[in-house]
Amino acid sequence: MKQKKEFDWFDRPESIKKLWIMLYAICGLLVVPDFFTHRHAHFGFDGLLGFYALLGFVSCAVLILFSKLVALVLKAKEDYYDK
Amino acid sequence: MISDFPPAAILILGALLVPFFKGNARNWYVILLPAAAFYLISQLQVGSSWQVHFFGFDLTFLRVDKLSKVFGYIFTLNAVAAFVYAFYLKDSTQHMAALFYIGSALGVVFAGDLVSLYFFWEVMAVASTFLILGRKTKKAQAAGMRYILVHIFGGLCLLAGMVIYITQTGSIAFNAITDRNLGTYLILIGILVNAAAPPLHAWLPDAYPEATVTGGVILSAYTTKTAVYTLVRGFPGWEVLIVVGCMMTLYGIIYALLENDMRRILAYSIINQVGFMVTGVGIGTMMSLNGTVAHAFCHIIYKALLWMSAGSVLYMVGKSKCTDLGGLYKTMPLTLIFGAIGALSISSFPATSGFTSKSLIIDGAIHEHLVWVWLVLEIASAGVFLHAGIKFPYFVFFAKDKGLRPGETNKPMLIAMAFLSFMCIFLGLYPQPLYNVLPYEVHYQAYTFNHVVAQLQLLMLSALVFFLFLKLLKRTETISIDTDWFYRKGGRLFYYIMDKALNGINRLSDRIIVGGLAGALGRLSRHGSQILTLGAMLPLWSAGGARGKELQGKIERTRAALRTGASPVGISAALATVFLIIVYLLL
Repeated sequence: MKQKKEFDWFDRPESIKKLWIMLYAICGLLVVPDFFTHRHAHFGFDGLLGFYALLGFVSCAVLILFSKLVALVLKAKEDYYDK
Repeated sequence: MISDFPPAAILILGALLVPFFKGNARNWYVILLPAAAFYLISQLQVGSSWQVHFFGFDLTFLRVDKLSKVFGYIFTLNAVAAFVYAFYLKDSTQHMAALFYIGSALGVVFAGDLVSLYFFWEVMAVASTFLILGRKTKKAQAAGMRYILVHIFGGLCLLAGMVIYITQTGSIAFNAITDRNLGTYLILIGILVNAAAPPLHAWLPDAYPEATVTGGVILSAYTTKTAVYTLVRGFPGWEVLIVVGCMMTLYGIIYALLENDMRRILAYSIINQVGFMVTGVGIGTMMSLNGTVAHAFCHIIYKALLWMSAGSVLYMVGKSKCTDLGGLYKTMPLTLIFGAIGALSISSFPATSGFTSKSLIIDGAIHEHLVWVWLVLEIASAGVFLHAGIKFPYFVFFAKDKGLRPGETNKPMLIAMAFLSFMCIFLGLYPQPLYNVLPYEVHYQAYTFNHVVAQLQLLMLSALVFFLFLKLLKRTETISIDTDWFYRKGGRLFYYIMDKALNGINRLSDRIIVGGLAGALGRLSRHGSQILTLGAMLPLWSAGGARGKELQGKIERTRAALRTGASPVGISAALATVFLIIVYLLL
């Protein structure tokens, strides 16, 4: 008896590749409107081209790296409090 | 009049009747109670109140204004969803605890004075503990114990502050507090314990993830949000709250990034989200206060939704660590979709409720030209997408398939999640009904082209960073040490130090006093009089010409007399005189 095939699209390497391309494409396309519209800047620097894209990228990278740094001190084995 | 009735009473009195219902009737009954309270709140007229005279105080159990009503709406609405979700539960203790807890949260929100506010505040702490203990594991018991102890500490700060404040002002009324002194700061600290502001926050990520499946859903909404309500009511415009709030937003993200337990990730993201609200209170303008209230409203919905989807996974699989989970999209697609809607909402993705509520707070910061505050809030917004928006769904439902095939969860849970998902998208697309019930008038349009593009840039680039840095974010079987270390390990360290120090002193004093000094004293009291007497008499006798046997005889006789206490009066008198002369000379 043949079992119904499981939906595993997200596990396939070719799908993951497609998702990567999509992600890059979306990120790229989102900066395009900045060339044509003028965003009203509240503080000056936030009106720059692709400011929010840059902010998102840099702040997340810094947050991850910073969390890795504090992890050196803060990470402990799961039974840390039981000992 | 029926419409002047405190809504808290419906849930608290209703809770007492829970044991009389059996089976499904009980489940319907507990859904009906918050629904009735919701209806009652919608009928309450702004300005009405309900007072009771009690021990010389006029306690106001009902104060109706727009602020108390909007919190009343969301508290009861969320309770309905939570009890639908809990339809599978056959534990009346948990239902009663939940009703007492939610009821007293309503009590806090509608309390018009500090005394009744404090009363409900404490009932909340006690009732909520049972939602943690209800898990009936050793870990939950220990966490529940720590939870209640921290809340007792917070409650005592609040009480001490209130006593000072009431003595100074002579009134128990609770309105915006402007004086800054010891009393008001103590009240603020007491509230910030419940708002889970670091370093007083560790009870939340410690205890909530140990709660029952439904307990986690219910707990996520009320304790921190009554604290937010109390801050909005009592401390608008206290600049220190801007600092506290900004710190909370970042603190929650860093810890959520390190965490392995899915419900602990969500617990830390509560701290992050409440940070936005606390910042809004600190800014203190009408716009930012509106933003805080709107964000609390939307947050309760999407946070409950996230806890529900995590709860469904825990309920079906019995695991909550990211390292044990993965690949669940194959068998729990609906739970994934609902969880993802919650995840997008918490990240303020356009078309979800987070976008229409959080933007009010951020715009509030812009209007006040608080450039650093604005920047921190934007950075934190990006970080939310990292830790709650992507990390939670990715590691639970995708990542590495761990071979778990649990199947979809039960229908009531799915219905509750569907309802909250609908609310997230509805308020995201059409926030006007929410804006209408906010404390102040709203003139705001979230959906401008530039705003949407900016937000999408921020979020999608965060997503890109997440997947680029995926190796760094790989989950490990570890926990992260937080400030609860001080009373978990620190408590033990304190015990160890006290043990070594005090017992060391004990042993030392035993050796010196019992072993040495007492014996020496005994010998001294036995021989002391002889030594003194002979010391004084020998020179006299020698001077009197006593030698050899005669002297020996005198010494023997004196010794015998002193041993039996039968010394001649003359010698005693002479001795006393000598003693007095010595004392005189010495002084």
